Amino acid sequence: MNDSARTQPGIFYGLVAITRRDLLLAWKRPGDVLNPLFFFAMVCTLFPLAVGPSAEQLTFSGPGVLWVAALLATLLSLNSMFMGDHEDGSLDQVLVSSQPLPLLALGKTLAHWITSGLPLVLISPLLAMTYHMPADVVGVLMLTLLLGTICLSLLGSIGAALTVGLHRGTALLSLLILPLAMPVLLLGANTVSLAADNEMYSTGMWALGAYAVAALSLAPYATAAALRISNE
Amino acid sequence: MWNFFKQLASPPHFYRLAATIIPWLAVPGLLLIAYGAYAGLFLAPEDYQQGDAYRIIYVHVPAAYLSMMAYMFMALGGAIGLVWRMKLAHAVGAAAAPLGAAFTFLALVTGSIWGRPMWGTWWEWGDPRLTSELILLFLYFGYMALRSAIDDTAKADKASAVLALVGVVNVVVVHFSVEWWSSLHQGQTLFKKGGPGMDAEMLYPLIAMIVGFTLVFGALLARRIRTEVLHRERRTRWVREMILSPAGGR
Repeated sequence: MNDSARTQPGIFYGLVAITRRDLLLAWKRPGDVLNPLFFFAMVCTLFPLAVGPSAEQLTFSGPGVLWVAALLATLLSLNSMFMGDHEDGSLDQVLVSSQPLPLLALGKTLAHWITSGLPLVLISPLLAMTYHMPADVVGVLMLTLLLGTICLSLLGSIGAALTVGLHRGTALLSLLILPLAMPVLLLGANTVSLAADNEMYSTGMWALGAYAVAALSLAPYATAAALRISNE
Repeated sequence: MWNFFKQLASPPHFYRLAATIIPWLAVPGLLLIAYGAYAGLFLAPEDYQQGDAYRIIYVHVPAAYLSMMAYMFMALGGAIGLVWRMKLAHAVGAAAAPLGAAFTFLALVTGSIWGRPMWGTWWEWGDPRLTSELILLFLYFGYMALRSAIDDTAKADKASAVLALVGVVNVVVVHFSVEWWSSLHQGQTLFKKGGPGMDAEMLYPLIAMIVGFTLVFGALLARRIRTEVLHRERRTRWVREMILSPAGGR
């Protein structure tokens, strides 16, 4: 190997590499991606079965139900974010890498969002239609879910990093993340409800956007710190 | 000054210092609470709108205020512990969490009891303060659950400190989002608490209760930190020497 000819890779090299690797892994094991989606669809089916098929009631509760279901589905997929890497030892390699850890953590989160958040956004119109949601409100729902799942993936990455390698990980992770995720749910679901009532909904949308930007800039650092602590 | 902090951070020194401080916090605190409770329940006049029901503020307001104060202790302790690697600071966080959860619970229960005559219901989702307080309680539960799930103390300290700090950022978001949410769902404004227009005979017992609760909280916190320190340092020489000495653990 000719060392002098090699240049130092840029800081985004690791982010892109780790995202590609995780996406490839997900592609080879589609079950991990599909299970939360089925879960999402099934939770959305539970509510009409429980509260009855009246169109009026479904229109009223649709935004909330879809949002709660999306939150729970995201939660379901969070546990595996660092689990596999921790078990096969590749997480240790990530930690000793010369690439900045927050960016690597962001890469993992990005891959998680593409494989869990984005599919939820894409199938949400289908489920929204069964709740008799008008087309323009479906657009608002998709936009809030798009921003919201970004927030949830980022928040979740902190929780997943804190609980990686713990025995009681799954239940604990939900306990840690749900209180943090409550504002996201509140903003998202109520924005859709406002849109459904033909009221001004931009406040919630801006707030969600602000939350997403803040989480995008802060959460990777917290995740990186948590990963270091969990793997001492 | 620096020397003072360095000494404070040393567990044996803090252990002894706390023993001296505790009575100085607990006794005035309990006296203030006794005065505040008597004056608040018997001497203060009835409220022209709420009658006697308002008197629960003498417990509710201090509890609600301490529920947030304890979280600040937890987060500050975590931050100091993470940045300056001060072990005692982590012990503060560990000691403050159950106290904070207890005060949050107390604030929720008294708020709910107060809500019964005021709103005609035990629980009112439309009130932003009750909802934020409930989320705060869940944050405390998460913090304590994480702590108890990790066996290694040093690891548990750091992990829960990160969680407490993330929570602090989130508390602000919770506050504003819940305010916005309840403004959407409630037509009428709920009654306002006290405020500067409050009568002096009502206000002084309240101030006494707030200060008294805070002092007692300080005493309880110091006591819990002592226990925490003793538990963490149980294998060190100074603990062994202290236990075996004739004075035996004073």
